[in-house]
Amino acid sequence: MNDPMTMRVANQSDDSDRPGAQAKDAIGRRQFIRGAAMLAAAGIVMIGPQAWAARALAGDSNRKRLVVVFMRGAVDGLNLVIPYGDSQYYEQRPTIAIARGGDGALIDLDGHFGLNPALASLTPMWQDGTLAFIHACGSPDPTRSHFDAQDYMESGTPGVKSTGDGWMNRVMAALPGTHSPTEAVSLGPTVPRILSGPLPVANVPLGRAAMRPIPLDNPKIEQSFDGLYSGDDALSRAYHEGRIARQKLRADLEQDMTAADNGAPPPNGFSDDTGRLARLIARDPSIRLAFLALGGWDTHVSQGAAKGQLANHLRPLGDGLASFVKDLGPAYDDTVILVISEFGRTVHENGNGGTDHGHGNVMWVMGGRVRGRRIYTQWEGLAPADLYQERDVPVTTDFREPIARVLGLHMGLPASQINRIFPGRQPESGNTSGLIKA
Amino acid sequence: MTGTQRSLHALNRLGFGPRPGDLEAVQRVGVERYVAQQLSPESIPEPGDLTRRVASLHTLRMTPVELFVEFQQPVRDADKDDPDARKMAHREARQVMMEAVEARIVRAVYGVRHLHEVMAAFWFNHFNVFAGKGLCSIWSGAFEEEAIRPHAMGRFRDLLGATAKHPAMLFYLDNWQNTAPNSPGTHGKFDGINENYARELMELHTLGVNGGYTQNDVIALAHILTGWGLVKPGGQMRAPPNFPAQNFWMRPGGFFGPFAFRRMRNPNNPARANGLIGQYGFFFHGNRHDSAEQSILGRTIPAGGIEQGEYALDLLARNPATAKHISYQFAQYFVADDPPSALVERMANRYLASDGNIREVLAAMFTSSEFWDRRYYNNSKFKTPYEYVISSVRATGAPLINVLPLAGTMSQMGMPLYGCQTPDGYKNTREAWLNPDAMMLRLSFATALGAGRLPLDRRPDDDSAGRAGLGKAGRLRPINFDGKPKFKMDPPDPAELAMTLGDQFSPRTAEAVESAPAQLRAPLILGSPEFMLR
Repeated sequence: MNDPMTMRVANQSDDSDRPGAQAKDAIGRRQFIRGAAMLAAAGIVMIGPQAWAARALAGDSNRKRLVVVFMRGAVDGLNLVIPYGDSQYYEQRPTIAIARGGDGALIDLDGHFGLNPALASLTPMWQDGTLAFIHACGSPDPTRSHFDAQDYMESGTPGVKSTGDGWMNRVMAALPGTHSPTEAVSLGPTVPRILSGPLPVANVPLGRAAMRPIPLDNPKIEQSFDGLYSGDDALSRAYHEGRIARQKLRADLEQDMTAADNGAPPPNGFSDDTGRLARLIARDPSIRLAFLALGGWDTHVSQGAAKGQLANHLRPLGDGLASFVKDLGPAYDDTVILVISEFGRTVHENGNGGTDHGHGNVMWVMGGRVRGRRIYTQWEGLAPADLYQERDVPVTTDFREPIARVLGLHMGLPASQINRIFPGRQPESGNTSGLIKA
Repeated sequence: MTGTQRSLHALNRLGFGPRPGDLEAVQRVGVERYVAQQLSPESIPEPGDLTRRVASLHTLRMTPVELFVEFQQPVRDADKDDPDARKMAHREARQVMMEAVEARIVRAVYGVRHLHEVMAAFWFNHFNVFAGKGLCSIWSGAFEEEAIRPHAMGRFRDLLGATAKHPAMLFYLDNWQNTAPNSPGTHGKFDGINENYARELMELHTLGVNGGYTQNDVIALAHILTGWGLVKPGGQMRAPPNFPAQNFWMRPGGFFGPFAFRRMRNPNNPARANGLIGQYGFFFHGNRHDSAEQSILGRTIPAGGIEQGEYALDLLARNPATAKHISYQFAQYFVADDPPSALVERMANRYLASDGNIREVLAAMFTSSEFWDRRYYNNSKFKTPYEYVISSVRATGAPLINVLPLAGTMSQMGMPLYGCQTPDGYKNTREAWLNPDAMMLRLSFATALGAGRLPLDRRPDDDSAGRAGLGKAGRLRPINFDGKPKFKMDPPDPAELAMTLGDQFSPRTAEAVESAPAQLRAPLILGSPEFMLR
């Protein structure tokens, strides 16, 4: 694991290993509930959860959403959607290949590719035709640096380092209508590169940190600042938008805690975060874009096959996404979920039972309007001569191409806007036409 | 502007805002004299406490090679099957970054060479490296110590050369791998041209994005910089063909250990004398260099070795586009987000006339009528998270034993120290930093600091109180004034705080502060619109 970004994400997302963390969280939770009660007592005008739910029920058929999940550290796409029809796959991976039959066998998808059994909970989505994969997909830039490749995938401009904003912020800017402070939500401690830019982004801290209010959540404190920012200047406007965003997020956290108190299983890890995100989206139609990142995919050593490190990371992701779809309910029809990773890994298994940095990878696309049960790819096979630099899956589909289709046919953006979001993209790379139902 | 306003303006722009007593001190000597002093930082004695504290951070005095041997090698050598050993090695390596963060913050909070400190932060950001990329985690602090601070107010060409040869920059922008195709030194991942550094060198460091260079210039510059790389600490290395063979430790296949590096730092060493080895771990790999004649920016660079690169840096540093780019960036930082073009032009002229003397360009700006124009007083520059946090702690005069809460707050606000991923550094404009979430976090920080609820006055490991106010990453925690706090520092006195800041508040702010409960008055001053700006 020589991937500092992945480690950073992992370190920040969970401090439950800290002694006393449990007790402190319990205190924090009580304080928070008290804070919420005080908020109500103070008579602060607040968009209540009920009003919010009512808005969601009333529905807004044009409110399409896009959720992006980033697997930081470069997941091994060849063991995720397995080209079991290529004999080279088994030759190149003597100890880490996923078997065709027997214990821990892959789940056949289309007679050539199979799904890692750790992702079994996604098979209903595959069966009902709302899950698709794009194989041999990735960035046209040849870098094998996590840093650069993630940067390029988030800026949306491979090879250009000076792009100041992330492509999701540019998407937000392109969406019609007035922009609300919760239009884009990031799960994590800071605004990630992909969402950074001129438009505001709401942050929902990951894991247990999500339960932690900040000093300004104390209504007495908050009220005192109102007098300072009562004007119509830019600072006052930002202040008021910030208050509204925090009130909304607080209301959601409150609902979450009520649900947990009603005997729901204690939330943990990714399922917890996706569950929270799903509830936020289902309740708040103003959320159009959401992003979260997961680390731990940089499997240079002992990645395992049907069992082991990679499977242990994939299972909670698959389970989390499956419950996310369930929690979304009808909102799934208006949602597209993209799962991306900066590059793939070597076809050949290395000397440590792992794989090294490669090139092409697999992208997942899920959603009510996705034409799924299909693998979109220009598959060249795994013979050495057909590989990129004779070692990696080539990139035959520019990652921006399927995203552009989602932005056009799902989010309803015109081609001129999409070209501004992804300047310099090679249109029509790969074979993803029909990915989104018109 | 009144006299107080002029003094406050100078403290806010040349430095990170007043500490208690600073405003009176500036008014005593006069603003002109203060500016002149700040332009000669070597004439201002640093406080002994600060000097001693910085001196106690021992990794700050280590070269990149020493840092590698002591902190990176153990990580690499740690048994893969021994997670505890690896964890320990990683923890020790993290200490290097912690010391760099501590040094930067205490210098900014306690320093009296205000302008020099601002310029150090400015230039680090201009020549940004990202501590999250591999070896930059242990080299970013050294980069600041060795390449940035010594030249922050000197000649731009010296600064440019120091950054070009520093291992942190060579690693961050990949030039250490930049190799002439088919050269004798080609091996492994050293297998071709890498344009990354050459591009940013022109686009960000010198000419600017519209500085009149072409893709062909980028490629030619990349060829010129082939072979500009790193020594291989502790490993095998090949000597360049013209290398003095009598140095046993430089013979082909010779071994580089810590002792070798001590010799390498010796200025009498012949390899140092001909510039092939830099002071801090730079090494010119002649066998990976493309020595062919090149043409950049319409000038011919004759065939040669390392001198081609030096010549190219000369050309870039003296180019009028660079003069304009640097002047614009100064004026944007010190005067206004959209600085007056007449001022930028005058500064660029001074840059060219003084052969890139940073001090002269700054002096031209600080004596301009634009800098002192009323319209730029306390309304044109919205503080970055770094400036907001540092100026807050300065204004309160709070004791600062533990910098973690401040570093954590900066991260939470999206501006982690040494944590900017992209080579263009953080922006300093209102557009970049004013957003709803930012306001919520600033006011939360103002409340915690103003109410004495940040554990700044105790070591993080002294007792549980050190981290009681903060999560693992130094996050801000809620405050409940009704409960009994787990720890408390003496909160700043609101009247003194207002005095420190010159009591220059709008009627709206003054009224809000006066009508607030006593414990919220200092938070309100720190959270006021006036204090968001500089």
